[in-house]
Order: sequence, then structure tokens, then C-alpha cells
Amino acid sequence: MTIPVASAVTVSVIIIGAFTLASFNTTRALNVGGSDDFIIKIRGLQWWWDVEYPGSSPEQRFQTANEIHIPVGRNVRFQLEGIDVIHSFWVPSLAGKQDLIPGRPNELSVRAERPGVYRGQCAEFCGMQHAHMAFFVIADEPSVFEQWLRAQRALAAPSSDAEVLAGQQVFLSKSCAACHMIRGTSATGTTGPDLTHVGGRQYIAAGLLETTRGSLAAWIADPQTLKPGNNMPMVPLSSEELRSVSAYLASLK
Amino acid sequence: MMDDAKSKDQRDSDFDRPALEAGLASIWKTPAGLWGALATVDHKIIGQRYIVTAFAFLALGGVLAVLIRIQLAQPEARLLGPDRYNQIFTMHGTNMMFLFAVPVMEAMAVYLIPLMVGTRNIAFPRLNAFSYWMFLAGGALLWIAFALDMGPDVGWFAYVPLSGPQYAAGKRADMWAQMITFTEVSALAVSVEIVVTIFKQRAPGMSLDRIPLFVWSMLVTSFVVILAMPAIMIASTSLILDRLIGTHFFNPAEGGDVLLWQHLFWFFGHPEVYIIFLPAVGMVSTLVATFARRPVFGYLALVMALIATAVLAFGLWVHHMFVTGLPRLGESFFTASSMAIAIPAGVQIFCWLATLWDGKPVFKTPLLFVIGFMFTFVIGGLSGVMVASVPFDTQVHDTYFVVAHFHYVLIGGAVFPLLGAVYYWFPKITGRMMSERLGRWSFWLIFVGFNLTFFPMHILGLQGMPRRIYTYQPDMPWHGLNLFVSGCALILTAGFLVFFVDAIRSARRGEPAGDNPWDAPTLEWATSSPPPSYNFPFIPVVEGSNPLWEQRETLAVGGGMRVDRRELIITTVGAAEAEAREASPRNSIWPFWTAIATSVMLIWSIFSPWAVVWGSIPVAIALIGWFWPEGTPEDDS
Amino acid sequence: MRERVVADFSGLPPHGMHTASPTWWGTLAFMLIEGTGFALAIAVYLYLMSLATTWPINSPRPNLLPGTLVTLVLVGSVVPNYLISRWAEQQDLPKVQFGMIVMSLLGIVPLIIRFFEFPALNVNWDSNAYGSIVWTLLGLHTTHIITDLVDTLVLAVLMFTRHGDNPRRFGDVQDNAMYWNFVVLAWLPIYGCVYWIPQL
Repeated sequence: MTIPVASAVTVSVIIIGAFTLASFNTTRALNVGGSDDFIIKIRGLQWWWDVEYPGSSPEQRFQTANEIHIPVGRNVRFQLEGIDVIHSFWVPSLAGKQDLIPGRPNELSVRAERPGVYRGQCAEFCGMQHAHMAFFVIADEPSVFEQWLRAQRALAAPSSDAEVLAGQQVFLSKSCAACHMIRGTSATGTTGPDLTHVGGRQYIAAGLLETTRGSLAAWIADPQTLKPGNNMPMVPLSSEELRSVSAYLASLK
Repeated sequence: MMDDAKSKDQRDSDFDRPALEAGLASIWKTPAGLWGALATVDHKIIGQRYIVTAFAFLALGGVLAVLIRIQLAQPEARLLGPDRYNQIFTMHGTNMMFLFAVPVMEAMAVYLIPLMVGTRNIAFPRLNAFSYWMFLAGGALLWIAFALDMGPDVGWFAYVPLSGPQYAAGKRADMWAQMITFTEVSALAVSVEIVVTIFKQRAPGMSLDRIPLFVWSMLVTSFVVILAMPAIMIASTSLILDRLIGTHFFNPAEGGDVLLWQHLFWFFGHPEVYIIFLPAVGMVSTLVATFARRPVFGYLALVMALIATAVLAFGLWVHHMFVTGLPRLGESFFTASSMAIAIPAGVQIFCWLATLWDGKPVFKTPLLFVIGFMFTFVIGGLSGVMVASVPFDTQVHDTYFVVAHFHYVLIGGAVFPLLGAVYYWFPKITGRMMSERLGRWSFWLIFVGFNLTFFPMHILGLQGMPRRIYTYQPDMPWHGLNLFVSGCALILTAGFLVFFVDAIRSARRGEPAGDNPWDAPTLEWATSSPPPSYNFPFIPVVEGSNPLWEQRETLAVGGGMRVDRRELIITTVGAAEAEAREASPRNSIWPFWTAIATSVMLIWSIFSPWAVVWGSIPVAIALIGWFWPEGTPEDDS
Repeated sequence: MRERVVADFSGLPPHGMHTASPTWWGTLAFMLIEGTGFALAIAVYLYLMSLATTWPINSPRPNLLPGTLVTLVLVGSVVPNYLISRWAEQQDLPKVQFGMIVMSLLGIVPLIIRFFEFPALNVNWDSNAYGSIVWTLLGLHTTHIITDLVDTLVLAVLMFTRHGDNPRRFGDVQDNAMYWNFVVLAWLPIYGCVYWIPQL
């Protein structure tokens, strides 16, 4: 039986060797990235994604959360920063994953060839709500992307609607502003997601609920039932206040 | 001095057979009652305890798995909240790895190795007793913590910073870290015993090229334990220090490093899976030989494969860290080594297949489990070669693809051989056969149930389902397969239930087995089933690798040993030439007291660093009691 | 199975020495385990050093005096250690009894100096990762000395009892001496790491 066994071992060695070489070549081929990359900074926190567009000058800089727009056909470099525990940035249809590790900045380069909505999810166990830490990467045609950038850079648009204004009052007078920022108002908190254009995002609470006035109200009414253990406390509001503040946030497109 | 001694003591040649057996029994026996149970140093009693306890932990871990599957059968299910689920999946992994998989292999070795090498007891029998109590205490610590809602909830791998002082409140992570200390102390102690037993207590004539392959696999495994477990001791101790007294090993703000944890953990963690797999390899070699009715093909190649696997196992750990941002060139080295370890595994599979091909296979239950192992482990190995590739792994890391992979290699590679081994050695341990009929039922239920449960997980991973999530949303395409998987898990559960029922019933009412029901070649089958407390009335002398096939009518033995004290033969490492008649310790209650003192110290140290100072005093007292000579004949020299 | 007697073990000694003694092998195995632990701890030291911009982190270098004194005492103790091993080989009870007292003292002296060594590190265990690892390295070795000292003391007492004059005890003394050599040897790379690497 020596010859069959020896042949089988030899064939295995050749196959394994081939796989190893193929793996090396694929690693090299996937090495996308260069100096013309579009930079986006991602910070992973329990249990949401802070997204910063630095731009090429300070006036261009803005922050958003959980929804990332990128231009089609261009290399995008995500600079990944861990803030609390280890998270992992993974949008399967665009690229492999990369961890966000406190103390060790990482990078991930992607390039979307087609416009579309690409879902991502945290892929490193990060505690209580690891299961509900999704995000969306939306690839837009370059002209649409430029439009989006301009809209995001703008401050929160003032409204003339009575209910919306009442809602803004609620937002600024209750504890919301302690954690959240809405550029153009006195709300400058940075512990939680930037809400300047929250109404225009497809989902809230890191992919938990589709953004509607109703879901915003539900979330604010009791975040702990919907995402138990997350870091947003329940802020007691009357039903009147809840209606108006949800109208306000839904209007922030 | 020799002649004086000889005229005073009693030698086996002074007695006729029944008197000899009675004399040996009175010296070697474990008395009935509580003191006997606590003070025994008989490797067979301790080994059985270890095996039963490990299987009890298997059952508990299985219950946790069923809970997980029920929760995941539906999207946004409400059976388990996130906190309870996170404790359950952490407990499932921790329990299976530290309280079942490693201990059960050690347990089989504790029972079998002394019998297989032809000696009367394991080396350092009191240490053996101590190590069982430590194992039990560690398991009790973990499960009691879990029952009190203080169970660890940070995954079995407890990555920092999640498990560190800032993000893991309370004592949950400390329970995990200290349980590690208990189980590592236990495993290290057993490994030392096994190495010394195999090196120095083999039957005369059992040179290194004649030892059974299971013995080789346990020798190699024990060295892997000795070299790998210090890493997790350092890791878990550093974690406790960070949490208890404010050290900064893993705190990047003060010069520590988050990845340091992963390097230390996986430097242990990868060899750990080979600590589980290599004994199973030894079991497969044993079963293949017996049930192919011929010696295994390629003894030397199989030994080399064991050693190569063990060496390579230390060079793979970074493949658990492919997405942490380490330099790609370095990572690629670990791709090469992770792929390379498939080669010795392949060598082993081909040798076993050649043995079966050239033999006259007897398809009893143990062989069914071996064939099930080959099928399942090879699939696991294929998915392993896939995840060894960095680009592939960046997609499937931390998804259900990996969950599928490691269950295939662990259940396929370790549990299937273990179940076959239980069917095989149960008659030796209990004197009764298990049921061939129930054996077939359990095999097929487990084999089919396992594949139906875990194969779809490869697909779920490729569909993007991450690991360690307590639920998933309805708009994900994962519901159908999850529901299917959960349903099939019940088939797997049924298979294990049949196995447990068979084992429990057969222990009392199985068919009496006789000395060698399988007509197997190794020394443990030369003595009665179950063996007497002294294993062999005369120490065997071995003239080949398959003693009972080479000497079918009589067993060659040596005489001239004392019957008034516990004695065994010490032989040289290479050629196994007899060097001395060494004494073997009697029953002693000190290992039990030492284990109590050590457990108190370790559990106390979860809450206060001073425990290490004050708690070590009772430990020192117990150890002095342990080693203080008692003036028994065993102290003669 | 029936047996046929082909060997006679009655002439074999009732206790083996050196490589024929299980405890010798057990001592060796524990040296391997602890040696691996020390090697890993040193690897952690070097790893953390490779990540730091300055080393030591935010602290002055350790004071060389106490550590060097400990090293000198330990290295010096190898001589009486070698002698006691030889006397045990010759099974010379009075000399071994004397030697055990000497080795007990030589185990206590480094511990006293070590008490002053910790503060001489010039950093606390909870100041930063550098402090954590140097305290841990020193702490691991101190535990090493303490456990071997207790072992030595108990054995010393034993040598004065009726159990003392027994080849087994002389074997224990030799194993204990072998282990002490390991305690000294394991100290040298730790000493190098903790005291001399920061000087580079």
C-alpha cells in the first residue's frame, strides 16, 4: 500500500501548495488603493457607527451616523478607529472585513463599481447589542454623490411648521442635546450619533428601524425595549412632546 | 542490603495464584466508603470519575446549544434576551472547550495509559487525584456563577477591552478567568503524569517503536499542553490583574495593547484544538487496527504525522487574527503554515484507509464512528483550508461559516472518535458490553443530525450571517436555514440521548464482556474486565508492538516483585530496560485537602488580591502534609 | 490469559536515582512548564517595548543596586548548591544536614533584598503597562523563590528526622538542588530584561 499512500500524499501536497499560491496571488490582486482615495473616518462605538467626512478643508468636514455614501467607480479609504471595544466593519458585497481596535488605527479600501445600497453589520462580538449594529453603504453616481455631500455639509434647515418648531424646542430643552449634535442649533453633544440630517437616513438605531416619524417616536419613547442595553436612556416625554419631537427629527432631511 | 531486604519482604514468587491476587488486592485496593472515595489514588477510579464528569458537562453544554438553536429558529425571537443569550453562548463554548473536550481526552488517557503500557498505576497518583478535584472545582465555579446570573458573557475567548475592567462590569469575566486557572492546573498536572508514565513506566521490552499509537498521541499531546497552557495562564492572570489591581497590560492609553490579549490567547488557543484532536487521532489508530484485524499501516508515518502536527500547531495562531490589521505579508506566512498542517492530517487519513483496505473490516459500532469521523473531519479540513486563505477569511471570519468549520473538525475530529472509543473501551472499564443495536441508532442519528445541522451553516456564513448574535432581523434571508438547522439539531440531540441511555443501561445490564471481547492486540486487554486494582498480577514483558496478537496463548511477564508494598517497574526511556522496582503511593486524603485549600485561595482571589498571600498558607500546610513521609514500606529504599 | 515468567525483577533496586526516579522527571517537567511561562512573560515585555515610543514608559530607569545584589547572591549560591548535590549523591547525612541549613539561609537572603527591589523599580504596577510587566516579572520570580524556599525548609527539617537517612531523601535533596539551579538560571534573563534593556 506504500505507493498509493505516497501518491495520495504527494497529490495532497501539490493541491495544498497550489491553494497557498492562489491565496497569495488573490491577496495581492485585492490590494486596491492609492493616493486619489476618498477618505472617510469610521469610529465604532457600542452599538452604532460614527461616520466622519473630513473633506479637503475644515469647512467641508461633517459627521453623520450609520449610513455612509460613497461615489461609484472611485477608491474609497475607510480609516477605522476603535473607541470602546473591538468592532468589525463588514459590508460583504463590497469587501472583506476589518476590525476597529482601540489603540490601533486600521484601514479598509473599497471600490463600488455599481450604484446601490450595500448592507453591513458589525462582525466582532462587542457586547449586549452586537446583533443590532448594522450600517449601510450607499454607492451613488458621482453627480448624485456631490449633491449628497453638499446637502450633508449644510446646517439643519430652519422650518416654518409649528409642530416642527415645537419639536425643536423639546429637543433643545430636554436632555437630548447632552448627547446629540444638530448643526445649526445649540445641540452640540458628541456622545451619541449626529442627528443633523437624521430624517434623510434610511434607518435609525444602526439599522434597527426604517426611518419614519412613527419609528422615531417609538425609539424615543422607549429605546430599551427595542434595543435592550443600548446606551440611550429613556427620556420621559408627554405624548404631545413625543409627537412634535418626532416630527422635528423626521423633517431633518 | 539487598539480601536483608529480600529476606524480610514478601515476593510474588512466595505465593500461589489466589493468595497472590488477594495479597496484591489488599495492598492496592481502595476501601469502600467516603474516606476511600476521597483518598483513592487509583487511576482507574479517578479516570472513570473524570470521564463521567466530562460527559456530564457535555450534556449541560448540549442543553445550552439547544437553547441557542431555539432562540435562533425565528428572527427577533424573544425566548432569550441579549444578556442571557450572551451568557449562554459564552458558557457553551467555554464549557465545551475547557470542561469537556480537553478533560475527556485527558480522562481517557488517565484510565487507559497505565494499562496500555503495562504498569500498575499512573505516575504521581496523588497529583492525579488532586487534578480531578481541581477540574471539578473549576467546573462547579463556572456553572454556579452561571446559575447565579454571574456567568461570563464575553465569549469563550474573552477579548479585551470587552472583558476588561472598563466594559465588563462585576465579576463575570473574573469567574471565567479563574476557572481557566483551575482547568489549566488540572490539565498540566495530568500531562506531567502522562509524560512520566509513558517515559518511565512502560513494560520491559516496550521500546519506543513498540508503543501503541494511542500512547504516542497522548505523549505528544501532553507536550503540547505543557508548552501551550502557560500562555493562557499568563493571559488570564494578566486579565485578572488588569481587572483587580489596575495593571495596564491591555490598556492602550497606558502603553498596553489590545492585540496582546489575542496573541497570548491564540498562541494557546490554536494548540488547544490539537490538544483535543491528537488524542482522538490516537483513538482512531487503535480502533482501525482492531476492527481491520491487522496492525495499522505506516506506524512510523503516523508517529511522524503526530509530531509534525504538534510542532506546526504552534505556528498557526495568527490565522485567528487575519482581520485585525496586521501586516499582510506576515499574515501570509500563517496561511502557508495553516495549509501545511493539512498534510500530516492527510497522511494519517491515507494510512488508515490503507489499513482498512488491506484488512478484514468488522463493521461494529466503533468502526462506524471511525468512518463517520473520516467523512466529517475531512469536510471540516476542507473548510479549514478555505479559511486558511487570508482573502477568503476576510469575508467568512466571524460568520457562521467558521461555526460550521470548527464544529465539523471538533465534533467530526474529536467527538466521533471519542464515541467510538467509549463503545470500544466500555467493556474494559465496566466489564459489560454496550448495545450494538443502540450503538447503530446513536451513530446514525448523530451522523445524520450533525451533518444536517451544521452543513447549512456554511451557507449561512456565505450569506453574511455573523456569529454571536442573539437574534437577526426578518428582512435578512437567514430565517429559512436557521429554522431548518434548529429542527435538525433535535435529531442530533436524540442521537446523544440514545448514547447516554445506552451507556447508563449497559453499565448495569450489559452483556458480560470477558477480558478481550474485540480480540484486540494491546496490553489492557490482557487483564480482566474491569481490571483488578493492581492492573496486572505480574508486570508484562513485551516482545513486539501487538503483544496479544503475537502471543495468543500466554502472556510473557516478569516476577520477583514485592507483595507487601505497592510496587511497579521503572524502565529506560528508549529501549524500556527495567531499572528499578519503584514504590507507588498509597491512598491519601492530602490531595483532597490541597484541592480544597487551593480552590479557596483561587476563588477568594477573584475578590481580593490578598487571597494569594493568606490563602497560600493552608495550601502550603496541605502540601507539607502530602509530602511528609509516613514510614510505610513504600518509603523503603 | 496464562502467564509465563520470562524475567526476574527481584534484583532491581527498590528506588531509582536520577533518571530512574519519577520525581526527577516530574521536577524536570515542572521546570519546563515554568520556563515556558517565564519565556512568555519576557516575550510580553519585549512586545510591549516594541510598541512604545519611549521605554521605560514615563518613568526613570530602575535602580540597579538591589537587583544586582540579588543576582550576585543567587549566582553565588550555585556553589553550595553544587556541593550539597554532591554530598547527597554520597549519601553523607551530616554534610547534607549542614548544607540544607546553608541553602535555607541562601533562600531567605535574596527575599529580603527583593523586598527592597520592588520600590527600586521606580514605577508602580498600575502606572502603565511598563510598570505592570516589570512588577509581574519580578513577582513571578519572587513566587518562584518563595515556593522553593518553603520546599527547602521542609526538606531541611526532614533531614533531621528519622526519615532523613534514606536514599529517597537524598534523591529529594538532589532534585531540590536541581530546581534551585533553575530558579537561579530563570532569574538571569529576567534580570537582563528588567535592568539592562532600559539602559540601552
